[in-house]
Amino acid sequence: MSALLTLSGVETHIGRYHILHGVELAVPEGQTTMLLGRNGAGKTTTLRTIMGLWRASRGEIRLGETRIEALATPDIARAGIGYVPETMAVFSDLTVRENLVLAAREGAMDEKRLDWIFGFFPPLKKFWLSRAGTLSGGQKQMLSFARAFIEERKLLLIDEPTKGLAPAIIGALIDCLKEVKRRGATILLVEQNFRVAQEIGDLVGVMDNGRVVHSGAMAELAADAGLQHLLLGLSLDTHQ
Amino acid sequence: MMPLSGDPPRSRVLAVALIVIAVGLAFAPFLFPGAKPLNVAAKVCIFIALAASYDLLLGYTGVVSFAHTMFYGVGSYGVAIALYSLGARWDAIGLGLLIALPLAALLALAIGLFSLRVQTIFFAMITLAVASAFLVLASQLSWLTGGEDGRSFRVPELLQPGTVFIPRDALGVAVTGRTLTYYLVFASCAALFLLLLRVVNSPFGRVLQAIRENPFRAEALGYRIVVHRTLANVLAAVVAAAVGALNALWLRYTGPDTALSFNIMLDILLIVVIGGMGTMYGAIIGGTLFVLAQNYLQALMGTVSTAAGEAGLPLLPSLFHPDRWLLWLGILFIASVYFFPSGIVGKLRGGSG
Amino acid sequence: MSAQDSIDAVAALPKARRDLIPLLLPVALALAALPFIPSSSTWVTLTIAGLAMGMMIFIMASGLTLIFGLMDVLNFGHGAFIAIGAYMAVLVLAPLGGWMQADSIWLNLAAVIPAVIVAMAVTAVLGLAFERVVIAPVYGQHLKQILITMGGMIVAEQILYALFGPQQIPLPLPTSLRGSFQIGEAAIEKYRVVCVLVGLVVFLSMLAILNRTRIGLLIRAGVENTEMVEALGYRITRLFVGVFMAGSALAGLGGVMWGLYREQVNAAMGGELLVLVFIVVIIGGLGSVTGCFIGALLVALATNYAGFLVPKLALITDIALMVAVLLWRPRGLYPVTSR
Repeated sequence: MSALLTLSGVETHIGRYHILHGVELAVPEGQTTMLLGRNGAGKTTTLRTIMGLWRASRGEIRLGETRIEALATPDIARAGIGYVPETMAVFSDLTVRENLVLAAREGAMDEKRLDWIFGFFPPLKKFWLSRAGTLSGGQKQMLSFARAFIEERKLLLIDEPTKGLAPAIIGALIDCLKEVKRRGATILLVEQNFRVAQEIGDLVGVMDNGRVVHSGAMAELAADAGLQHLLLGLSLDTHQ
Repeated sequence: MMPLSGDPPRSRVLAVALIVIAVGLAFAPFLFPGAKPLNVAAKVCIFIALAASYDLLLGYTGVVSFAHTMFYGVGSYGVAIALYSLGARWDAIGLGLLIALPLAALLALAIGLFSLRVQTIFFAMITLAVASAFLVLASQLSWLTGGEDGRSFRVPELLQPGTVFIPRDALGVAVTGRTLTYYLVFASCAALFLLLLRVVNSPFGRVLQAIRENPFRAEALGYRIVVHRTLANVLAAVVAAAVGALNALWLRYTGPDTALSFNIMLDILLIVVIGGMGTMYGAIIGGTLFVLAQNYLQALMGTVSTAAGEAGLPLLPSLFHPDRWLLWLGILFIASVYFFPSGIVGKLRGGSG
Repeated sequence: MSAQDSIDAVAALPKARRDLIPLLLPVALALAALPFIPSSSTWVTLTIAGLAMGMMIFIMASGLTLIFGLMDVLNFGHGAFIAIGAYMAVLVLAPLGGWMQADSIWLNLAAVIPAVIVAMAVTAVLGLAFERVVIAPVYGQHLKQILITMGGMIVAEQILYALFGPQQIPLPLPTSLRGSFQIGEAAIEKYRVVCVLVGLVVFLSMLAILNRTRIGLLIRAGVENTEMVEALGYRITRLFVGVFMAGSALAGLGGVMWGLYREQVNAAMGGELLVLVFIVVIIGGLGSVTGCFIGALLVALATNYAGFLVPKLALITDIALMVAVLLWRPRGLYPVTSR
């Protein structure tokens, strides 16, 4: 099991603020790695740094054999990364269809793939020609997901997908993720909801103060309430 | 340090330059006798104070406004209209100020509060539109403002050039009402400058700078941005209006071209940027250089232009024509934004430029 | 919630019907002016004049609004391209006086069309140079952009004065476009009708490109969220240059049309029109072509009606209109960008 994505000693400064203090992370291929931690630990910053939206001031980021920390965001995306940001960032003025047309870099959308997506997210089919701004929060998240999955990607970066969503929608997202996992995708997923994390994560990295302070198998962390409490300031039952 | 409000020049070269300028201006009627040099000196005083008030807005608060000359014009016209209508009396000046200064404050308040509802980016564009409208208004209300021709008026006897206090034979230079007017302008501008220096070094001033650096953080820390910005707007406007009043007294005339034209706005923008934004002293250095250039550089350009014309060189004669001095100033302006973002003062202080 | 979340939340509020109210505003304004204007033929003349002027201002402003919406660049130097376009037309038409004066529409067009093409080409190329040399170094720094583009405007105006002199240079209309049609009692100038047609063609073409092509898709998405477009793998900065050039070329076209409208050209025209352009862009909403179109019509109609009814206060009317719109919708008629 080789690491598809590796971060070594990654530091990120935003203006005068030193957010990441040397992040070490390895995301193995074909597995789902969860990135957990308290608010402000640096999880979103890590994803944005990988995507090149913020530039790492130090350190290395490798995708496979290629170093990507100095590349421009479009080139990083083209290297095969799909990104679902914390803010969903759907284009409100464009229709659902147009959002997906943009996301399908290679050209025309694959019909079968589209049907597969509709299977998980029926509202996308229903609102196909509606402007994305008219969708509800959960539907927008579905669209954001769909944009990442419309084509095969080497690596998926997903930032807090379940935040603020109703349980039913969270269920649909989890089902989708499970199917994507089944097909062998590599995923790095930031999630505050430990229950969700436990359900789909194979491996886990916990961040605090801009560093990864623990990494290992999800199963281990899930079984160790004491460790959970130490790292996340909570136990499985209390944090939903 | 007290008069300088704890904000010293912090550079030997700068300190020397400032002292030279201050002495030059203080003793101008005696050092540079003659009507034109005194005119230049008075204009330097006025532009220094006006640019300093703009620096408060642009350099310290980070607000780009193109409506600043509006307030200058209000002060100028206030005094001009009062003296024109009521005659050459001191209480006319007082009345003019009494109307103009609060009016300027009110306009600044309105503009400042309007920024509540619009983004900062809109603000610059809106001030441009408002300033243009004001200019049109001034030309159109000719019954009040004298329209395109402006208003000429007489000043109180003490300030009139004809009033001689000390005849020429005594000191080599006559001390007349004009001299008195000059010192009125000089002292007032100096006082206004020092007042602004005090303000920017006060807690209020520091908050302004914090807001300029990082509005989100400032707001998170509990400072109400709109209140502070509006206050800065109002203060800058009132100072500008006061300077405008002084300008009217000096010229004994106010018209759209001397008080409201967009050229004046560009001039002080250039002065503040080239001199150094957010330094106050930049207004002094920039203002002095600017007015000197405006008056003496054009003659130099004229010489170059004629020479180029006689040498048969294409294009150069028109590029160096004295009327085109704004071209070179514009190039200097662009260069200073790129290469000396902190202006001359910043460069002298050894900053990163 | 982050700022972006709040914006998304607001944007997600029910907008079941398309936002049609702004589209009706120019019509409402025209109808509102009707009772104040003594004769209906005067109203027709004023309205057509307003529409023509509105189209020209729209053409000049549309580039600016897209440039700001997409690139977050405030180009206070946009007026320079307007003036340069007009001067290019003067240059091209100078030797073609005979064709311009001939009473044949074909000869006239044979003169005017190259003038337009040259004007747009020159302004496009200058736009490229301006973007790469002057603006690119200060991306993201609004204050410096405002200062530098203002500086660019001053320098460009002065260079034009140096090259062409400060006086007004005549730019007469071609013969076949002079004069007016008579419809009832109303005299409708031929050139104004041409302006309206050209304006409509430009507007509809822009809408077509924006809504039916991939590039248009990228522009519309980029106006909303440049970061996300890049995260989807598109090198959108390359598009910036193209949009800047197109915007500058449109300004050049607007300059040619305006020069012919006034039948004279002067370097100061850029700065004078820039104020109106800014007002239009603000009213329409930064980044929205449709908003810009409506805004331009509103401003032009208002200016013409006010110019007739209360001539001294025409410019004030535009400011008042802007203030009124902003009090109703603080980010303009159709706010598109998330800034």
